[in-house]
Amino acid sequence: MDAILETYVIPTAIILAQILAIVVPLLVAVAYLTYFERKVIGAMQMRKGPNVVGPFGLLQPLADGVKLFAKETILPAGANKIMFAMAPMLTFILAMIAWAVIPFDAGMVLSDINVGVLYLFAISSLGVYGVIMAGWASNSKYAFLGALRSAAQMVSYEVSIGFVMITVLLCVGSLNLSAIVEAQRTVWFAIPLLPMFVIFFVSALAETNRAPFDLPEGESELVAGYFVEYSSMTFALFFLGEYANMILMSAITVILFMGGWLPLFDIAPFNWIPGPIWFFAKIAFVLFFFLWVRATFPRYRYDQLMRLGWKVFLPFSLLWVVLTAGVLVAFDWVPAPVLG
Amino acid sequence: MAEAQIKPLTLNFGPQHPAAHGVLRLVLEMDGEIVERADPHIGLLHRGTEKLIEYKTYLQAVPYFDRLDYVAPMSQEHAYALAVEKLLGIEVPKRGQYIRVLYAEISRILNHLLNITTFAIDVGAMTPLLWGFEEREKLMEFYERACGARLHAAYFRPGGVAMDIPAGLLDDIMAWTETFPALMDDIESLLTENRIFKQRTVDIGIVSAEEAQALGFSGPCIRASGLPWDLRKSQPYDVYNELDFDIPIGKTGDCYARYLVRIREVRESLKLIRQCVEKMPDGPVKTEDRKVAPPSRGEMKHSMEALIHHFKLYTEGYHVPAGETYTAVEAPKGEFGVFLVSDGSNKPYRCKIRAPGFSFLSAMDFLSKGHMLADTVAIIGSLDIVFGEIDR
Repeated sequence: MDAILETYVIPTAIILAQILAIVVPLLVAVAYLTYFERKVIGAMQMRKGPNVVGPFGLLQPLADGVKLFAKETILPAGANKIMFAMAPMLTFILAMIAWAVIPFDAGMVLSDINVGVLYLFAISSLGVYGVIMAGWASNSKYAFLGALRSAAQMVSYEVSIGFVMITVLLCVGSLNLSAIVEAQRTVWFAIPLLPMFVIFFVSALAETNRAPFDLPEGESELVAGYFVEYSSMTFALFFLGEYANMILMSAITVILFMGGWLPLFDIAPFNWIPGPIWFFAKIAFVLFFFLWVRATFPRYRYDQLMRLGWKVFLPFSLLWVVLTAGVLVAFDWVPAPVLG
Repeated sequence: MAEAQIKPLTLNFGPQHPAAHGVLRLVLEMDGEIVERADPHIGLLHRGTEKLIEYKTYLQAVPYFDRLDYVAPMSQEHAYALAVEKLLGIEVPKRGQYIRVLYAEISRILNHLLNITTFAIDVGAMTPLLWGFEEREKLMEFYERACGARLHAAYFRPGGVAMDIPAGLLDDIMAWTETFPALMDDIESLLTENRIFKQRTVDIGIVSAEEAQALGFSGPCIRASGLPWDLRKSQPYDVYNELDFDIPIGKTGDCYARYLVRIREVRESLKLIRQCVEKMPDGPVKTEDRKVAPPSRGEMKHSMEALIHHFKLYTEGYHVPAGETYTAVEAPKGEFGVFLVSDGSNKPYRCKIRAPGFSFLSAMDFLSKGHMLADTVAIIGSLDIVFGEIDR
């Protein structure tokens, strides 16, 4: 009996507690990301943003959540009901499970696997299924067009994201995310790999369907794109998934290029601050750029976006992979493989 | 086996669509993302304005013109007031004319601010809209101070304007013209040289000068095609011939050229507003002909004749000599014309309205054929369509 308890029950309970410790703060972060977005864009547009519900409008995300929860879920008559209901769940679940491998501090990670980057890549590639299912199952032309655009876009930009990740991997010698962060003790990869950093950030915008690549949901063309037929909690799940993805992509950016939980400088006042706070602050910094871009840029057209992805980013990142590998070999800087 | 016929995707664009600019219904036949045919459907905002005017006295017809192009209400009133004045054969005092030109140019800025910024939001840039609307609000306050209404002014009347502008308004307008160019610079900094904006607008929806003429274009849309056609210069009305301004023209006739022409026109309008404020003469603001314009309230208290005039004007209205006129003004969107037929009674026999937006909308199919769905949205935005005047 004790053996069962020790081998199965307690570890399961611990893992469940860890999952909750990640997911609950994540959902709160998503809620307050919407608040942050509205405040930041509001300031850029010379208006106030939410300021009525609670002090400084801080309860606005909760009010929005309650509103979405209390609304009726509408299933369109022509929709494929099962697919229609599954799509938002899939999107949401995928946005959550990716966090299993994200290290918040040294050793502070749910699952410290040695193929963390591959896992992340696999999960983010699956994300497109939620979108396609939603667009197809809605049985609406706008949703369908949105889903087609979205699928094409996410697939295209994943290719260049892949090459960017390979460049980082070449410099680290490990697929383990914690090892990638540790490899940036001396210098953040954002500095030697600056062009890759920029490409990754832009691709992250495209990958998460954010402005100026928000054409799957291009409001002025497709009304809302693939989730045009969704309402209430099914919509909320898409919304949460999308914003969780934004945070995830920012987290990956921070881990790959901005030294994860490492302090800005490893000297007195900076290294007093604990790692998770550094990590959080850096994510917030990257997210600010997401919002800044949204307030500033017009939207790309479908063909222009594909051109940028395939004809600019792909050749460039491929070239940079070769260049990085060449430099590493030529100067004998190839890192010893780190076994995670 | 017979060859399979692939049916194009038919997309119902609007009327409940964020980029439909009101109640546009566009039936698009598409091959994937490419538009093969665009079929605009109109009439969802039809209110029978022209027929209603036939049952109203000449004065009562004025407010209907506010409700045509509600983005720049006073410009429509201007055309109607000029048409009635032409039939009546009366002159408007100089101050009245200056006030009308001043407000016509304020209307132009109101219109172009809305169009430039909603065009930006159509191609995905949302910040200019919120910046521009703050300035529009200030302009609407100038409207309000002159006539009491932010939008539906009923301010330009046959014979002049309804009432004189309040003391201090001209100084405030002048002060505003000092601060406003900075905001235009800000808006331009987000759009004019933005690469994405240019990619979305350059070479989209091209109209050559000949095609523009054939399609009945006017206003910024025809000037963007390189034709310097502006009624304020070619057949000046009110005091436009006393003022110094330029007509910006474009070269390429695409969406970007239309945008640039509007940006420049805003700056030209500012110039005109400043000149109007500086040159504003003293004197009456409406004709002294008491058969057309009402007497002042003070006058009515001691003059029996004034009281009778007032009573007759507001019950029966004035009789306009039989005749007909086509009078057009350069409204912000283009040539806005009023064809007015009078049979000598106190009501118009017929009032045909020529709305510039109507010809723009009918060019939708020509303009968007072969472009992508997103370009259609940009084209609609660049044409400056308002359904109040198209559906009438």
